[in-house]
Order: sequence, then C-alpha cells, then structure tokens
Amino acid sequence: MTRDDAGEVEERTFAVDLLTRVEGEGAFTLKVAGGEVVDARLKIFEAPRFFEAFLRERSMHEVIDVVARICGICPIAYQMSAARALERALGVEPTAPLLALRRLIYCGEWIESHALHVFMLHAPDFLGYPSAVEMAADHRALVERGLRMKKTGNALIELLGGRAIHPVSPRIGGFSKAPSRRRLRELRDDLARSVDEARETVRWAATLDAPSFDVDYTFVSLSGERGYPLESGETILVSGRAPVALDDWGDASPEMQVPHSTALHARLADGTAFLCGPMARLHHHAERLHPAAAEVMAEVGLERSVTNPYRSIVVRAVELVHAFAEALDLVEAYEEPEAPYVDAAPRAAVGCGATEAPRGLLWHRYELDAEGLVRDARIVPPTSQNQARIEEDLVALAPTLLALPHEEATHRCEQLIRAYDPCISCATHFLDLRIEREGV
Amino acid sequence: MASDAPAPGATGRPRLAVYKLASCDGCQLTLLDCEDELLHIADRVHVAHFTEMTSLSDTSEPFDVTLVEGSVTTAEQREHVRHIRASTKLLVTIGACATAGGVQALRNWRDASEMLRVVYARPEYIDALATSTPISDHVKVDFELRGCPIDKRQLLELLTALLTGRKPAIRDESVCMECKRAGNVCVMVARDEPCLGPITHAGCGALCPSYDRGCYGCFGPHEAANARALGTWLREAGAPAAEVKRRLRLFTGWSPAFREESERHDEG
Repeated sequence: MTRDDAGEVEERTFAVDLLTRVEGEGAFTLKVAGGEVVDARLKIFEAPRFFEAFLRERSMHEVIDVVARICGICPIAYQMSAARALERALGVEPTAPLLALRRLIYCGEWIESHALHVFMLHAPDFLGYPSAVEMAADHRALVERGLRMKKTGNALIELLGGRAIHPVSPRIGGFSKAPSRRRLRELRDDLARSVDEARETVRWAATLDAPSFDVDYTFVSLSGERGYPLESGETILVSGRAPVALDDWGDASPEMQVPHSTALHARLADGTAFLCGPMARLHHHAERLHPAAAEVMAEVGLERSVTNPYRSIVVRAVELVHAFAEALDLVEAYEEPEAPYVDAAPRAAVGCGATEAPRGLLWHRYELDAEGLVRDARIVPPTSQNQARIEEDLVALAPTLLALPHEEATHRCEQLIRAYDPCISCATHFLDLRIEREGV
Repeated sequence: MASDAPAPGATGRPRLAVYKLASCDGCQLTLLDCEDELLHIADRVHVAHFTEMTSLSDTSEPFDVTLVEGSVTTAEQREHVRHIRASTKLLVTIGACATAGGVQALRNWRDASEMLRVVYARPEYIDALATSTPISDHVKVDFELRGCPIDKRQLLELLTALLTGRKPAIRDESVCMECKRAGNVCVMVARDEPCLGPITHAGCGALCPSYDRGCYGCFGPHEAANARALGTWLREAGAPAAEVKRRLRLFTGWSPAFREESERHDEG
C-alpha cells in the first residue's frame, strides 16, 4: 500500500529494478515515509511456465524428468521430492543402499548450490565487488577454492546422474543405473580435500562483517529421521508449534496470489511468515550434523539458532562441511545394490513428499490414476515460502537504513535478499494449480 | 554463420552478454559450471551483462556475442528479444527453450482462451502469451546450441570458435552415432526400451542409453531426422498412440520434426 499524501513527511525509496546474483528475475521496493514503512515488496516478474498444468496426463515415470526443469540450480531437489511423493503414493520404498545413493547425489547438489551461492553470488557483497570475477583479481585463491569445491559437487552428481544439470538416472524406486564401487571410490581424494576446504570456508565466513540485525524467526524444516534432513522426512517441524504431518502441509501453509508477484506467497494458516532453509535446518537439527561440521561450528562459536540473516553465509558453509563429510562417509560405505531400482506398479493414489532443497523445504503432492497418469500436481518451492518472510525482514530492516547513505542502504536490502539464496525461477511456476482449484 | 572473429570492444576484449527469457537458468549456469575455465574466459572476454553472475552491466556499446536462454512467452519478452538482437553482433540461442520453445511449449497445444479462464484466479496480474516459442521465430539467430541443458563441451567449443573466428565444430548427427562410439548396447534392440536416439541431435554423449534408459530427445531433432519412421516403429513395437505422442512432446516437442510426428499420433 502506498501513501501519496506524505507531502510534509520525508519519503525515501530504496529499490533495485533487476536483482543480480540471484537465480531468476526479481526486483524490490522499500518505501519509507516519516520513519514508517509504507511499502515493502519483493517483486517477482519471472514469466510463469505452468508446470502443474502440463504435468497432468503425463506418465508417473515422466514426472521426475519434467520437474527437474523447474530449476537448473536445484534439479535434484525437484527430482527427489517428486520421487518421495510418488513412492508414497505407490507404496514402494527404495532399498537402504538406494536411499544412501539418494543422499549422496543430494549432497552433490547441496555442494554445487551452496558453493555457487557462498563464493559467486554472496561473497562479493561482503568483500565489496560486483562479481566473483572482479573479486578473483584480489582474492584469486578464495575464488579458486570455491570453484574447486563446486566442481567436486558437480563431479559427484555427474557420476551418479550422468550430468550436473538435469541428471538422467533418478527414477521412481531408485536410479536407472547404480555406479560401480570402483568409480565411486575414485572421488574419495577430492571429497577428503574438500572437507578441509569447507572447514576453511566456515572459518573465513565467520570473519565476515555482518550488519547487526536480528529477527524472531519461525523456523520450518523437515524432520530428520535419517540424519540431517535431506532426501526424506515424515513431518514438518515448525519452531514453537506442533509438527505438521507431511500430508497436511498444503493446508497448514496456504498460498496466496499477490499482484506484484508471479510466485505465490505461503504463510502459516494464522498469517505468520516463516523461514525455511539452512538457518531453519540448523536450528532444528544441529545435533544431527556430521561431527566434522559440528566441530568447526563450535570452533567459530556459531550458535544453533542464528537469527541474523546476514550470517546465513556461515550456516551455508557449515552445511558444506556436512555435505562433503557425509558424502565421503557414504562413498566409503557404498556397496553396489542388487538392483538399481525397486519396481512400482501404477495405482490410483495420492502421495505427498518433501525434501530439503539447498534453499529450503520443497513439498510436492501428486494424484495418480489407475494407469499411472498424473491427475493433479502441486508443488510448493522454498522461495515462495520465504517470500513473505523476506518482505517482513525488509520492513524490520527499514529503521536501520535511514541513517545510511542511499547506495549503502540499498545494497544492504539487496544483500539481505541474497542471504536467502532466492531461487526465483523455482518460485514462479506455481500459479496455476491453486488457481485451478479455486475455479473448480 | 559469422566467418570473422568479432571486433573487440573498448576494453580490448570481446564483449559478452548473457540474457534469459522463460527458462530454468540451467543453460546460463552451464557457463558458471565451467569451473576450470571460468576465470580464463573472464580474462579473454569482457562479461558486459550477465545478471546471474555480476552486478555490473555495461550496455554502453553493442555486444560482440550474446547468449540467450529461454523461450518467448510474454509480450514483454517478445519486445526484449528484439532489443537484444539490436544490441549485439552475434546472437547465440542456448538450450531447448531458446531453440525449440522448451517444456513450457506444451501449452501450445492447449486452447488459449480455455487456459486463461481455467488457469488464472487473477489474470489481470499476469502477462502471458498463449504460446511459448523459440527465439528464431522472432529474430534472426546466428547460432543455436541445443540441449536441455546445453552441453558444457559444446558451449566451450562454440565460445572458442566465435572468439577466434572459425566455424564451431559441432556435428549435426544423431545420438545413435555417439552411442555407438561409446560402445553401448542398443537399449531399443536389446531391451525393447523406446529411445529417441535415432532422431535426436547429438551433443550429450548418449547419456540416457549410457545410464540404461532410452533417450528422451532433449537436444531436439537432428537435421536429417526421420521422425516418421521412428514413430511408426514405436507403434509397431506395441506403444499406444498416446504414448508415442507423449514421448515426442517433451522438452523439444515444439520443434517442427517432433511436432509434426506427434500430431500424427494425436488421436484426441
């Protein structure tokens, strides 16, 4: 809401028309008049692509290939959430070695995505550069370390999935082909080196100057029955409230269409904006971190409940240590499965499934008919869930901006938005589904 | 195709821009996934506009090479792509969305007015065209790089070729050729697994057959693709019409060869 009668009050607008170093296309406006916020908007204008609409009538076996295309940065998150939801619908469970392989490929995606964000998208904010390329002129070793870690994550995905972006092997019940033990063990040296490099990254990130800013967050993350939450989970944890069953999340977190965004805004049923992603996972599951990650977290004095979003870069670095260390353990323990996947017969059913994408909770729901064709699909991505929270953060940030030079204040808003690692292409594709429901 | 190396910009290095339309960001991410080459590329090329990578945007003079991912799905994008064309010497479209309309082109077979009525609660908030189309439907394109996503090796070959003024060594052949060179057993012959390899453009390295599954055509048709023969073969092998149609209509379904053949199996 904009107030135009502020003739006598000082009005200031902080705005960026095209956010950079984020995935997808968005903008923001923060308008303050007489010390009061009159408008705070994260505008998402990425063109919608209507995934839920064209998932209808597709075979259940095509869903995993299709949903990968929602996001080039976190395709595995989409594949894994879809696999969980479809397997729950079909009543099948991959064998333990296959679930371990799922965690492994997902570790690869966390590594690739977190390394990209920490070093290439977010670090330039803290060190004062327009991009990692300019940053490399003064901090070559740092940027090269980030690229090396990212490459190791991608190598893991390529081995398991065929390629780093839109891998081809994940399927219902497991993988089309499982890697040989010998090939997988070739990654050990790179992973071991990367654990050390990730530890260094935590120590470095902990030294970065973060503006003082704390928020009383409602943290939302998946439960961690199989360790630090990643590829599965049976309930959704909400700080200060009762956990929500997976099947109920769609109702517990209704989404709304707002005029300034092609993504939907999700809030809890009482209107509370919540935060999902690394800070929420750490809050709920610090004791499930790999010891290598827990140790370095203690060493730098990072608390489990980080309430300053400008410090999310440290939490992401801790998760990098976790992902590399767990990946190394999984590679060491790997035994080739008897079959690469468990067969699933089609049946008319509904299934929900969720996993932890690098940037937060990703929930899917599918309705199948007796032939295994999709009758209905619903996908709730992390960024549409975080969108309302980002706007409330901007409102809370406003009083601290007024004393700053304009450019610095604007940058601080941008840096805050980037701290969420928003994935705008992801957030955009979900208009149609809810709307179709309303129309029916 | 350009035969000369682009003239360097004011910085002494060729000016590169990267833009996106409707897409997943995966093709531009492929550039950032060149972990070993990225800093060298940045030494040789002035990255003048690439919002996913840098906050700098130098649009003061024309670009030498512009990479665009994504398809045209809104009136604004239709204008934007004309603007991009006018501001660059060479325009290279990258990926299945930019070269064939992408997975979002599945909307093209739907009745637009019905979509508008059914799909939007508040259609006044949304700007969307009824179709998703490749960039070459709207402006002249100098080179197309296929794939969903594009292949990193092909991207590096293309950039190197453009910057040195030679023709990119990107072969127009089928996935089958790569598959044979990889020494794979044919999934269609040995396991009756439907595979679009015979009609699909090479570039991925025969990834799907190497991972024990049929090709799903994400690089789109190669130039001499005989989609009709494959469609007929699949039907004779027992696949229902609806399945053949579905397989052809996926990430590159709006490419003319796949589109026409899919329509032949459209029994409503």
